[in-house]
Amino acid sequence: MERGADLIAWPPEGVSRVPYAVFSDPTLDRLEQERIFRGPTWHFLALEAELPEPGSFKTTHVGDTPVIVVRDRDGTIGALVNRCAHKGAMLCFEPCGKRENFTCVYHSWVYDLKGNLTSVAFRRGINGKGGMPDDFDQADHGLARLRVESLCGLVFGSFSEAVPPLAGYLGPQMVANIERLLDRPIEILGYHHQTMDHNWKLYAENVRDPYHATLLHTFFGTFRLNTLTMDGGIVLGQDGWHHISYSKKATDRQAGEYDGMRSVVQDFGLADPSLIERRLERNDGVTLAIQSIFPTCVVQQIHNSLAVRWLVPLGPKRCELHWTLFGYRDDDSEMRTMRRKQSNLVGPAGLVSMEDGLVGELVMRGVAGDPNKASVIEMGGRGIESTENSRATETSVRGFWHGYRALMDL
Amino acid sequence: MALDDAALFRRIEGFLISYVHCIDDDKLEAWPDFFTERCLYKIISLENHDRGLPLGVMECDSRGMLKDRIESMRRANVYEPHRYRHQVSALQIARRADGRVDCRSNYLVVRTMADGTMSIFSTGRYLDRIVLDGDQPKLEERLVVFESRRIETLLVIPL
Repeated sequence: MERGADLIAWPPEGVSRVPYAVFSDPTLDRLEQERIFRGPTWHFLALEAELPEPGSFKTTHVGDTPVIVVRDRDGTIGALVNRCAHKGAMLCFEPCGKRENFTCVYHSWVYDLKGNLTSVAFRRGINGKGGMPDDFDQADHGLARLRVESLCGLVFGSFSEAVPPLAGYLGPQMVANIERLLDRPIEILGYHHQTMDHNWKLYAENVRDPYHATLLHTFFGTFRLNTLTMDGGIVLGQDGWHHISYSKKATDRQAGEYDGMRSVVQDFGLADPSLIERRLERNDGVTLAIQSIFPTCVVQQIHNSLAVRWLVPLGPKRCELHWTLFGYRDDDSEMRTMRRKQSNLVGPAGLVSMEDGLVGELVMRGVAGDPNKASVIEMGGRGIESTENSRATETSVRGFWHGYRALMDL
Repeated sequence: MALDDAALFRRIEGFLISYVHCIDDDKLEAWPDFFTERCLYKIISLENHDRGLPLGVMECDSRGMLKDRIESMRRANVYEPHRYRHQVSALQIARRADGRVDCRSNYLVVRTMADGTMSIFSTGRYLDRIVLDGDQPKLEERLVVFESRRIETLLVIPL
């Protein structure tokens, strides 16, 4: 099997350096599909709430591979490669819906909700002529299936038989944050989709980087929604593959650390402060928690704005970020209004998050021409460890590259 | 005296033309004045709109929130300089029993970046509810239903 190390060299400093080549090399991109997206990893597929009844389905992608997530007649959720066994045509091109079965439009091969091939048009031919060979066995031509596991209504899938069960893959602290945010029935508020002209790993870095959050995203600092002077920390899972960055707004003890920085705009008061009205929903005091699940899933709590995000690479130089925002079914009307207003903070037009679409593109253009040079990732040291009292660190970025290198053998 | 249908159409059409010039000519500080004090301005994907999901990429329910968007855009947010050019067409209007006017029109926005890159950034429908303050139209509600599903990089200038 091809190794990443056969394709590019990693600098001897280890994960405190990231060679620019990883953001543009097309051969690495191909290997990532095999070793990461179809490798021993779990990928977010859907929320159970999106699949309310038997036959409910949603289409998505795991890396390049098109996938159908579907609730079967017995209530279980499965994931099938969205590809007819005959010619390889996509079976389903709607984003979601409800089906009795999956019928290919091309030659009318029919699959049941478990992906079994149940009928082949003209299998016996017409008037005794043509048709499939006598030894053609439908049982050999079902849809490829992914392993599927759910955690608190988040459905994950994997192409790997070797990957540990989901809870073991995530580790107890990652599971605990999901249990914390998905502790009661949810309601889908809607979707965002955002294409960005940069390598998917630049977003994977960005979301694990609490160092930039309050510097780039001026809105955060100006309205003290999140600053590094609040109590908070970084919790790593699985040797740093996953992370949670959290903060507690009530503990802000700012003493001039942000003075004179671009990230705090003076004299900017909101004409309508209802935008940032919020409610503490849990007694843990956590007002912001960004959780990454290797490789491409993010679970977000920014005050009362809750979302799952996931990223799909579109070749080495482009990617699409998907967001599913949700609230709880028992939200009162005031809470519903708050979540809707706070949704202005996130997404492609998010007052806080819009810059994330930009910075990856700036890096992509900046690193062009020098694949052998490397970025410097030394904030908070050169190692990979949780930091319970500081977020002035890039430890979780190094953790991502640790996981990446392990899977890519690089 | 109430405007007759043709005069009302011309008045609203002129108002909506002024709206896009205001945005396209980067006079965004005047943009909130196209709305009533309590209002709804929401940019929502066709996907969410058709499925009855409330999430928009931008949602403001007061003129103050519209002003805050512009203030944030001018002073807080970071983005590469760019301009829009709106093409608006197919305006239809219908008087409501309560004196307000329902309008719909199509829009197409070409975005030009500072480096010269041009793209069709967004297309869709404006679904408006307009009130007349004397003869002066104001948007009480503007729903921008965009059809592309996805936003390219980011959206900071309103549509």
